[in-house]
Amino acid sequence: MNFAVLQFPASNCDQDAVHAIRVLGHKSRYVWHKEKSLSDADAVIVPGGFSYGDYLRCGAIARFSPVMQAVQQFAANGGLVLGICNGFQILCEAGLLPGALIRNRSLQFRCELVYLKTLTTDSPFSNLAPPGELLRIPVAHGEGCYFADEATLAKLKAKRQILWLYCNDRGEATQSAAPNGSLWNIAGICNERRNVGALMPHPERACETLLGSADGRLIFESMVRALEMRTEAQAA
Amino acid sequence: MNLTSETKVTPELVRDHNLTPEEYERIRQILGREPTYTELGIFSVMWSEHCSYKNTKPLLKGFPTQSPRILVGAGEENAGIMDIGDGLAIAFKIESHNHPSAVEPFQGAATGVGGIIRDIFTMGARPVCAVNSLRFGPIVEEEVSLHTAAAPRGKGAEAAMANGRLQMANNKRLFAGVVAGIAHYGNCFGIPTIAGEVYFDESYEGNPLVNAFCLGVLRHEQIARGAAKGTGNPVFYVGPATGRDGLAGAAFASQDLTEESAEIQRGAVQVADPFMEKLVCEACLELLATGAVAGMQDMGAAGLTCSTCETAARAGTGIEIELSQVPQRAPNMTPYEIMLSESQERMLIIVRRGREDEVKRVFEKWDLPWAQIGVVTDTGRMVVKNHGQVVADIPARKLADEAPIYQRESRPPSYLQEVRGFSLDSLPDTADPVPDLKALLAWPSIASKNWVYRQYDHTVRANSVVGPGSDAAVLRIKEDSLPPVDENPKSEIRNPKSEKFIALSVDCNAAYVYLDPCEGGKIAVAEAARNLACTGATPLGITDNLNFGNPHNPEIFYQLRRAVDGLAEACRAFEVPVTGGNVSLYNQSPAGPIDPTPTVAMVGLIERPEHITTQWFKDEGDAIFLLGDLIDLKDPLFGLGGSAYLRRIHRLKTGLPPRCELNSEKRLHDALRTLIRAGLIKSAHDCSEGGLAVALAEGCLSHQVARDTSRLNGASIDLTEFPAARLDALLFGETQGRVVVSAAPAAALEILERAKVLGVAATRLGRVGGDQLRIKTGRRELTWYLRELHDLWWNSIARAMK
Repeated sequence: MNFAVLQFPASNCDQDAVHAIRVLGHKSRYVWHKEKSLSDADAVIVPGGFSYGDYLRCGAIARFSPVMQAVQQFAANGGLVLGICNGFQILCEAGLLPGALIRNRSLQFRCELVYLKTLTTDSPFSNLAPPGELLRIPVAHGEGCYFADEATLAKLKAKRQILWLYCNDRGEATQSAAPNGSLWNIAGICNERRNVGALMPHPERACETLLGSADGRLIFESMVRALEMRTEAQAA
Repeated sequence: MNLTSETKVTPELVRDHNLTPEEYERIRQILGREPTYTELGIFSVMWSEHCSYKNTKPLLKGFPTQSPRILVGAGEENAGIMDIGDGLAIAFKIESHNHPSAVEPFQGAATGVGGIIRDIFTMGARPVCAVNSLRFGPIVEEEVSLHTAAAPRGKGAEAAMANGRLQMANNKRLFAGVVAGIAHYGNCFGIPTIAGEVYFDESYEGNPLVNAFCLGVLRHEQIARGAAKGTGNPVFYVGPATGRDGLAGAAFASQDLTEESAEIQRGAVQVADPFMEKLVCEACLELLATGAVAGMQDMGAAGLTCSTCETAARAGTGIEIELSQVPQRAPNMTPYEIMLSESQERMLIIVRRGREDEVKRVFEKWDLPWAQIGVVTDTGRMVVKNHGQVVADIPARKLADEAPIYQRESRPPSYLQEVRGFSLDSLPDTADPVPDLKALLAWPSIASKNWVYRQYDHTVRANSVVGPGSDAAVLRIKEDSLPPVDENPKSEIRNPKSEKFIALSVDCNAAYVYLDPCEGGKIAVAEAARNLACTGATPLGITDNLNFGNPHNPEIFYQLRRAVDGLAEACRAFEVPVTGGNVSLYNQSPAGPIDPTPTVAMVGLIERPEHITTQWFKDEGDAIFLLGDLIDLKDPLFGLGGSAYLRRIHRLKTGLPPRCELNSEKRLHDALRTLIRAGLIKSAHDCSEGGLAVALAEGCLSHQVARDTSRLNGASIDLTEFPAARLDALLFGETQGRVVVSAAPAAALEILERAKVLGVAATRLGRVGGDQLRIKTGRRELTWYLRELHDLWWNSIARAMK
C-alpha cells in the first residue's frame, strides 16, 4: 500500500508515521503542504505536530493549505484519511470530522500511555481490533479534549462513529481515565461515510514492542485490510 | 579612522557595562583608541563570564577532554561531538538559563531549551532528545517551617511563617512556569524530553536553576563548523527579525541577581518561538546537505556579536557586516541594540560564493526571513557598519579569545568546620522507620516527578525505549534520527547498519557538594555513571553545568575549585572525557548563594537492545540482591552525612557526605554490566537519596504501565544477619557504590559466584512478591502497604501544586 503523509510547517510526527508504515512493510511518501496533488496515494495520514505553530487555534491555518484542498477532494472520492493528534484537530477544522478539540481540562500538556476501548470494528480504522481487548497507546497533547454539542454527540452515537474511548485497565470509561476531559471519553471518531477517521493518541509511536507497545499497528493494519478488501471488491 | 559613536563613553558607562577600569584599559590597548559605544557593548558581552569563562578557564583546564571517540572537543565549537561507531556520531551539550528563568520562568526556560537545541543543529546534527536539570525553593509546608526554625517565637515566628508561605507560593510559581516553558518549547519543536532531575531546597529560593541539555545525531561527514571560511564568501542572516528583546542577556547572566536587577532586566528575557526554530532547524539541515554552506553559527548569547566575531576568529579570517541589511522588528534600532540583541531562533550562515541561489531556494521553501548582511574578509577584523558608517572595528581573535583571565582567591568556607565536626552522638537513632520512609517518599526531591514529565512529550520521534522514571533514559538511534542527505543519487553517504541505543542521565546531589565540594563533585559523576550502568550502558562522555555563586567571594571560589577537582578526578577514573559545558556564576539572591551545583549530564552507549535494563522489580518470586557494601564502616556517619534522611527527618543539612571510592565504584559498574550482558539481571536500581529503603521502595513502586495504572510488586527483605549499630543508617544511609538488582531465582547462585570473581560484594536480600514492602531487621519487622506508599510517592508533587 502507498500512504501519503502530509507535512505542514512544524509537523513533528511525520517521520514517526513514515517509520511506522515502513515497520509494517508498506510504502509512504511525504506530501509538502504547498503541493496540490496527492498523486497515487491509497490513503492519507495527517500527522501530529504543531502545524504553523498552532498559534491561532490548533489546525485553523493548516485547513487552508493547498494540500488540504487535495485532501478534501480525496475524501470526497471516498479515499481513506487518518488524522493523528494535530491531524485530528486539522480534520475537525477542515469540516471533515464533526466537533472540536479544546484545551485539556487540566490546562496542562499530557504525555502518557492510555488504554483505549474500541467501540466498533465496523470502520476501516478498527476492523482488526480484537473485540473486548484494550489498546495501550500513548497520548501527547495539550488540546485534546473532544467537544461537540448534544445533537452532534447523539448523532455520532447513533451512527456508530465513535471508534475509541479512553478507559481504565478494566475497560471502564471512567472520568479519570480520559487524560484531557473529553466528552464521553471520546478518543477517536470517524465521519458518517466512515472513510475519514482520527484519534488523539499516537498509534505510530506504538508499533514496536521495544517502545512499550505494538498495539498501534492494529490501526494501520486495519486501514491496509480495508484497502485490500476494496481492491478485491473492485476486482470481483 | 573615522568611527561613529552614538553615545560618548564615560567611566560610569564602563561601570554599567560590568567592565573594570583595567579591562577598559585593555580594550583601549587592543583598539589603540577609545572604543565607540557599540564597541563597548560588544566587549562587555564577549568578556562576560557567560561568553569568556574569564573566572573559570584555568580551572576548566583540569578536566580530561581527550578520548579516541572525541571528534569535536570541548571549547572548539558550539557542542562537543563523539563517535558512536558505524560512521555515526552524537553532539551534546548542557547550558543554563538560570537568571532569565528567575525573572520570567516560562520564557526564560523555553528560550533555554531553544538555545541548546540550536547549539546542536548548528553542528549539523539532528536534535533527537532533550534532558533538563532543575532546582527550586521548597514547595511544601514542612520545608517552610525548616526555613523559619531559627526565627524567634511569638509574633516574629508568625511573621516569618507568613513570609515563608509567600516565598513558597513564589517557588511554586517559578516551578510551574519553568516546567510549562520547557514543555511548550520541546513539545512544539517535536523533541522528546526524555530524562531529568528536579530538587527543592531553600538555597535556590529566588535563584532557581534551569539547565537544559540536548543531544543530536549525525554522520561523521556531516559535522558542520562555526567558522567563517573563504574570503569573499557572503554572510547570510536567517530567522526572525531582530528586536530589542534579550538585550545583553549574557551580561545579565554574569552578575548577582537582585530584585532591582531582575526588574530592570525583565526586558532582557527573550521570547521563545519554537515553531520558528523547527523551521530554521529543518532548513539548516537541508541546507547543509547541499554542500553550499561554508560555516554556520547560531546567534545565542550575545547574538550577532558573538556569532560574527567567533566565526571569524575560528577561521582566522575577518568579517564585515552592514547593519542596515539586518531584518529589524522595531523601528530606529541603534547599532548597539542590533549587535547586542538576543532575539531568538536566528542563525548566521557563511555561504560558498556562487551558491547563493541554492540557499535562497531552501529558505523560501520553508518561508523563512533571510538577508545577506555581509562578507568574509582576510583582515582578521570584525567590522560593523551602519548605513556605510563604521561603528565597530575590532580584531576578531582578540575579542573572542583574549578576554582577561582571573585567578580568583580561594578560601575554605567557614561553615565547613562545623560540618566536619558533626557526629551522630547527638542524634538518637530512629524511633520508627515506618513513618520515616513514608515522609522520604513524599519528599518532593525524592517523590515521583510524573507531575513534571507528563507535561513533556517524551515519546515523540518514536525512539524512547526507557522514558523518564528509571535510573537513566534510553533512546534508540535509527535512520530517521539522522540529518537529511543530498538527494543526489551519487551521494555516497552511508546509513547505519543497525540501530543503536544511547543512555542518558543527569545528576548532582548539591547538598553533598555544599558539605564537601570535592567529594560531592566526585559523587555527581559516580552517580551518573552508576545510573548508566544500571541501564546496561557504558559511559561515553559528559557535559557539565557548573552552577555556583559569586566567584569574587573566596569561599564560593573554593567550592568551585574543589568541585571541579572532584569532577575531574572522577571523570579520569571512569575514563569519560568532558566534551563541553557551561559555567553559570553569580547564582545568588539577596538571601545568599545557592548550594554549589555542578550538574553532570552523562551519555552512554548500549550495543544491544536485550541489555536495556529498568529499575523496577519484574516478577513474583525473583531474588533481590545488593551489589556493593551494605554500610561503609569507614565512614563515621555511616552514610548519613548530608543524607535526605538527615535533611527531611531531622532538618539538618550537615555532616560530611558519604565517601566516594572511585576504584570500587568503577569495579561495581563493570561487574553490573557484565552481569546484565550475561542475561542474569532483570532490574537494577542504584541507591542514592534515601538509601537502601527508598531504593527498594522504588523498585516496588515505579513500574507505570499506563495512565492511573501501575504494576506494584512487593518485596520481602531480610536484614537480620546484618546487625547494624544504627537502624537509620542501615535503612536510610547513603553509602555510595550500591545497586539493588533482581533476578530469576535460578540465576541467584551464578550471580553470587560471578560477583565474587568480579570483586564486588553481593548480598541476597530477599524476594519479590506480595502487596507490601516488608523489611525484617535484627530489632523488628517493618511493613508498608504499597498502595499507600505509591500514593505518597506518586502524588505528592501534584498535591503540593494544587
